[in-house]
Amino acid sequence: MPSATLLGQALISGVLAGGLYGLLAMGLSLSWGLLRLVNLSHFALAFLAAYIVYELGTSYHVEPWWSAAMVVPLMFAIGAGQHWLFDKFKVNELASLLITFSFAVILEVAIQLYWTADFRRYETEYATRSIKAGPFYIPVLELVLCIVAGLLAWGTWLWLRRTYVGKALRAAAEDPAIAAAYGVDHKKLAYLLSGIGAAYAGIAGTFIALIATLAPAQIWAYLGVVFAVVIIGRLGNPMGALLAGMLIGASESIAMAVLSPAWAPVVSFSVLIAILLWDPEWL
Amino acid sequence: MVDRRGAWRRRHVLAGMIGGAATLAAPSILRAAPAGKPVRIGGTLSLTGFLAQTAVIHKIASEIMVEEINGRNGFLGRPVEYVLLDDQSKPEVARSLYEKLITVDKVDLIQGPYATAPILAAMGVAQRYGKVMVQSSMGIPKLQTYDRAFPATPFGPEPDKTYPNVILDALAKFPTPPKSMVILTSKFPSAQFMALGMKEQAEKRGVKVPLYLEYESGNRDFGAIAARIKEANADFLWVGSLGLESNLLLESLRKLDYTPKNHFHLYPAPGPLALSPDGDKALCSTFLEPDEPFMSRPGMKRIAAEYKAKATKANLPYTTLDAQACGMVSEWQILEAGVNGANSLDDEKIAAWLKKNKVTTVYGPMRFDGPFNHGDAAQLIKQVQNKEWKVVWPTEFAAPGVKLIAA
Repeated sequence: MPSATLLGQALISGVLAGGLYGLLAMGLSLSWGLLRLVNLSHFALAFLAAYIVYELGTSYHVEPWWSAAMVVPLMFAIGAGQHWLFDKFKVNELASLLITFSFAVILEVAIQLYWTADFRRYETEYATRSIKAGPFYIPVLELVLCIVAGLLAWGTWLWLRRTYVGKALRAAAEDPAIAAAYGVDHKKLAYLLSGIGAAYAGIAGTFIALIATLAPAQIWAYLGVVFAVVIIGRLGNPMGALLAGMLIGASESIAMAVLSPAWAPVVSFSVLIAILLWDPEWL
Repeated sequence: MVDRRGAWRRRHVLAGMIGGAATLAAPSILRAAPAGKPVRIGGTLSLTGFLAQTAVIHKIASEIMVEEINGRNGFLGRPVEYVLLDDQSKPEVARSLYEKLITVDKVDLIQGPYATAPILAAMGVAQRYGKVMVQSSMGIPKLQTYDRAFPATPFGPEPDKTYPNVILDALAKFPTPPKSMVILTSKFPSAQFMALGMKEQAEKRGVKVPLYLEYESGNRDFGAIAARIKEANADFLWVGSLGLESNLLLESLRKLDYTPKNHFHLYPAPGPLALSPDGDKALCSTFLEPDEPFMSRPGMKRIAAEYKAKATKANLPYTTLDAQACGMVSEWQILEAGVNGANSLDDEKIAAWLKKNKVTTVYGPMRFDGPFNHGDAAQLIKQVQNKEWKVVWPTEFAAPGVKLIAA
């Protein structure tokens, strides 16, 4: 039987790891829920951002926070540019899957051409710092990630509910025709939202560069679990995405501590199926 | 009258040796260039997909070896042309591409792909057409059941039994030999195979294994695993890792303020682990390192220099010739020896020659007359010392002045 310390430590690790799932899920959830576009290239954009942060850090010794300040606006521009293509070619929900998948594959190849397929690791002094709290250790970097993810989720949630732009976006997602009748210019707002989603990928990418291993094929490593997080957290709901990410992260980690680490990949989909069968009102 | 025949023979033998040495030592442009229709050697490597980071090393090693072979005399006086296709790290793609190489491209000979699963897929095709297939990276030798498949890496027929004992022999030399061991492994087939062997052999030799854990390849978070390792607090940590998994695990352990007493890593990314602050004194499997006595083997210095130049040009982060790259070097050396020995491009004749003869490779002399066409096992242990990998065990392969150090 695992000790209370082991369980507690596993829970902390899992919740913090889930913060990254939530952060990655946020942009995808917004685009899917409010624009009706399933943007698979979101993962590739996050990794492109991660590679840029890695390159700036290792080749030019730029602190990751300054790198993020450059990468996030760049990702916003790419996201808005991507939406211009979606708009021009009138891409629907199903077609977006195929088109963004192609875009992700192209980005993967481009990353491989420049950075090669070899593993890359951005070693920083922050990577192994932790805070001791009783018998537990809280990794600093993952804690910062969760705080950033929490602020973004809360801020986005407020923006969608309290501001005219947010309300207009939600209205347009519900019924574009009625929203347009009330003067909502859904097309313009969609550029903004697409840019924000990609900017979130840039923020996630910054943390991926600091926490994880970089290899072009890793783009697909988060796909399954983040999709589960998006669905559990409800489409278009940033707070839901973050909480679902933490739920999945904690479940995976507890499974690793109690059962076997090999069970972890099964957990996210088991939780998803269990919640779909339960069919709660909030889903 | 003095009989001069002995001296005559000695002179001829000496002349032959000097001539041979001069041929090998002379720049390729001074030698007779191979001519005629190229001998086409087909093969796939995982140039994209999750195995791509290692396949690129094999690609560079292949380019060097094709240049080397063509710089000598090609195959039977004809230039060698390497027809390389990308199997995308997928066994089913490897299978189709080998079928294409043999039936459509009509290559003369084939080379094996990289990693156990694509090798197994390609082996079925090779067997159907009776082609000789030399491969360097099938970590589970007992799966190589095809009569004309030959290993280019000296795993030996039962590495799951022989190699754990090499490790345990080395650990027995520590001032305080470990009495307990945590075994953590990726579920990647060859790593899992070795981990199970390590567990069995450790327990046979009285070393307790209080914790045995398996994780999926590509595991994203090592936090909970690290917590379990810390709680088990064994004398030794054995990790069946691939790529950067070892770095991620050691970082996760450091976040918990825990440093394993001594630790071994099966197939890590060599550069990042050696340079990591957590990598000091880490142990790892190898077959050779760019040090003595290995650098004195024929051609090693030149190949190592060429590899460094090409790997740097290809923007690889680790540009030192190591056991991984040498696997492909050995593949080409074996194929070249087989063709020259059989004096033919006929697969049946090449296979027959290889089974009866030893081949001198970068790994030393290799034979193919044992179970699954394997010869002697030659796995060694290397250790990170001052941010560099050094062979430390068995002691006869350690570089001058280098010793195994207990952490």
